[in-house]
Amino acid sequence: MVKYLARRIFYLILTMFLIASVTFFLMKLMPGTPLNNQAKLTASQIHTIYQQYGLDKPLWQQYVTYIVNAVQGNFGTSFQFSNQAVSYLIGSRIGPSAIIGAQGMILGVILGICTGSLSAIRKNTWVDGTANIISILGLSIPSFVFAILLQYYFGLKLQLFPVAGWGGFASTILPTIALAASPFATTSRFVRTEMVDVMGSDYIELARAKGLSRFGIVFHHALRNSLIPLVTVIGPLAVGIMTGSMVVENIFSIPGIGEQFVKSILVNDYPTIMGVTLLYSGLLCLVLLITDIVYGIIDPRIRLSGKGE
Amino acid sequence: MDEKIKLPEDAFQPVGKDDKLDDEKIAAPSRTFLQDAWHRLKENKAAFISMWILIIIALFAFTSPITAPNPNSANPDYANLPPKIPGVNINGFNGTSIQGGQRVDQYKANNVPESKHFILGTDYLGRSLGQRILHGTMISLLIGLFATLIDLLIGVGYGIISAWKGGVVDLVMQRIIEIMQSIPNIVIMVLLLLVIKGGILPIILAIAINEWTTMARLTRAQTLQLKSQEYVLAAQTLGESSGKIAMKHLLPNLSSVIIIQTMFTIPAAIFFEAFLSYIGIGIQAPIASLGTLINDGQRNFQFLPFQMWYPAIVLAIIMIAFNILADGLRDAFDPRTSRH
Repeated sequence: MVKYLARRIFYLILTMFLIASVTFFLMKLMPGTPLNNQAKLTASQIHTIYQQYGLDKPLWQQYVTYIVNAVQGNFGTSFQFSNQAVSYLIGSRIGPSAIIGAQGMILGVILGICTGSLSAIRKNTWVDGTANIISILGLSIPSFVFAILLQYYFGLKLQLFPVAGWGGFASTILPTIALAASPFATTSRFVRTEMVDVMGSDYIELARAKGLSRFGIVFHHALRNSLIPLVTVIGPLAVGIMTGSMVVENIFSIPGIGEQFVKSILVNDYPTIMGVTLLYSGLLCLVLLITDIVYGIIDPRIRLSGKGE
Repeated sequence: MDEKIKLPEDAFQPVGKDDKLDDEKIAAPSRTFLQDAWHRLKENKAAFISMWILIIIALFAFTSPITAPNPNSANPDYANLPPKIPGVNINGFNGTSIQGGQRVDQYKANNVPESKHFILGTDYLGRSLGQRILHGTMISLLIGLFATLIDLLIGVGYGIISAWKGGVVDLVMQRIIEIMQSIPNIVIMVLLLLVIKGGILPIILAIAINEWTTMARLTRAQTLQLKSQEYVLAAQTLGESSGKIAMKHLLPNLSSVIIIQTMFTIPAAIFFEAFLSYIGIGIQAPIASLGTLINDGQRNFQFLPFQMWYPAIVLAIIMIAFNILADGLRDAFDPRTSRH
């Protein structure tokens, strides 16, 4: 276990280093400069600005400085907002993203588990059919279309929730629903397949033969075992939430990381783009590591050391 | 009783081979694996209908250079006209819209000639929305198909080599995939698109680069199983080259896995294109794709909802149809893991 952990953490560090390097060189290849009105500036002014941001040094020196600083959690200064450290910018925006991200994930997964197991128990009935249609819709309708429709009908027309902005629980409801759609659909389909599998197994037959109630069979035996593999899709679900948050935060004007990322892309704010990229990758790596460990603990059948597949 | 019984020559007749008496006969016509899968697919109504819907959409989309030749011809005089189908007098399709609490015929208000009509209305530059949707669907489908094709070539090749070589090669190749998978796709796509800006090709590449890992993993897992099959071992013993074994023995047996995964990749690619175009770094104006059309339409959604609804509906139908078809194909190729 310790050996496995050490190996995984080594890979995690290697991955992060690679991502940091790739991002750095990609950003250097990017066309355009962070200067707004280059034509209006004199050569010496441009030189001063470059000096201020360390852009006048040779590439390798910039790279080393960048990596050393990044390890210490310092991603430089944002080009977009003068004198604002990227780490501060990210730190001040991570709250709203984390709240709607976590809420969306929890809502989606819980609803998905309910729908998935319900349609597995009532296999091949209208319940199953309806659940199937809803999950395919959730999988197929892009999050931005869903978010706009929610905003228009529930925010503007019915005025049930705030149309946009940030403040209080009410303003998180619509973004949470918009984000929950994709984890809901994935979980629901996954749980259904697993549950149908489990329901056909011998120990379920035995439980039924022993005269256990339907409720007891489903909750004590079937659900527990079909939820274990669900841990493996949490990684992909987290990616979905990150992707979704970029558009959902934009649509509902939530001051979060995703909204900042899209803004930074449009104005060539390299340090912020690099900072957010590393943050997203680091989070995903961490989620993948934790889910692998948790999976090994809750399902002893998975041998951690010999994990080839 | 010595008398011999005399029987005429035609008293006995050969019974002949009666089909009914043949126990070993295979009653149903023998079918190949593909025919079998096709048959199962046809029995799955939803998947079969989805397939036809996709074929029809593709036909409309790919004939759009002929049927809708001017998706980019702007005419400010005709800007933001609601849909009008001649002879149809249903609100929403008769060229009227509500303005200041009253229903106004926008075609009369803007002095549009009587003969001129836009079935799906026009956008903010007076471009025909119908033509732009046809064109945008074509672009979206093209990007989805080509990205999937590249993804297929890289992923299948990578998976087969990794599994076939085994050992250190496999280990290194798998670690590379693990690293690739722990990077959020969307971030890498965005970074790539920032470096190689604009155009359809960079988008196709950016999407393909991020989608191949799943295909590679599936191909590898399946190849590992096939590798120890007798017919592969026999081919190896007989001295067949690795390349030929891959082409003649592995690929045909991998085909079902590949086809199913392809059907899941195409909608994913279409979705990513729409997503990138939506946040403003995908297809550049004036080329239309479903993503850019939704983005354009969203700005006026409160007053001219049709401008977002139509492209969004087309996108949703394509995505739903692909997903149902992919589900159906999975059941058809692998009835053991069937949903039903």
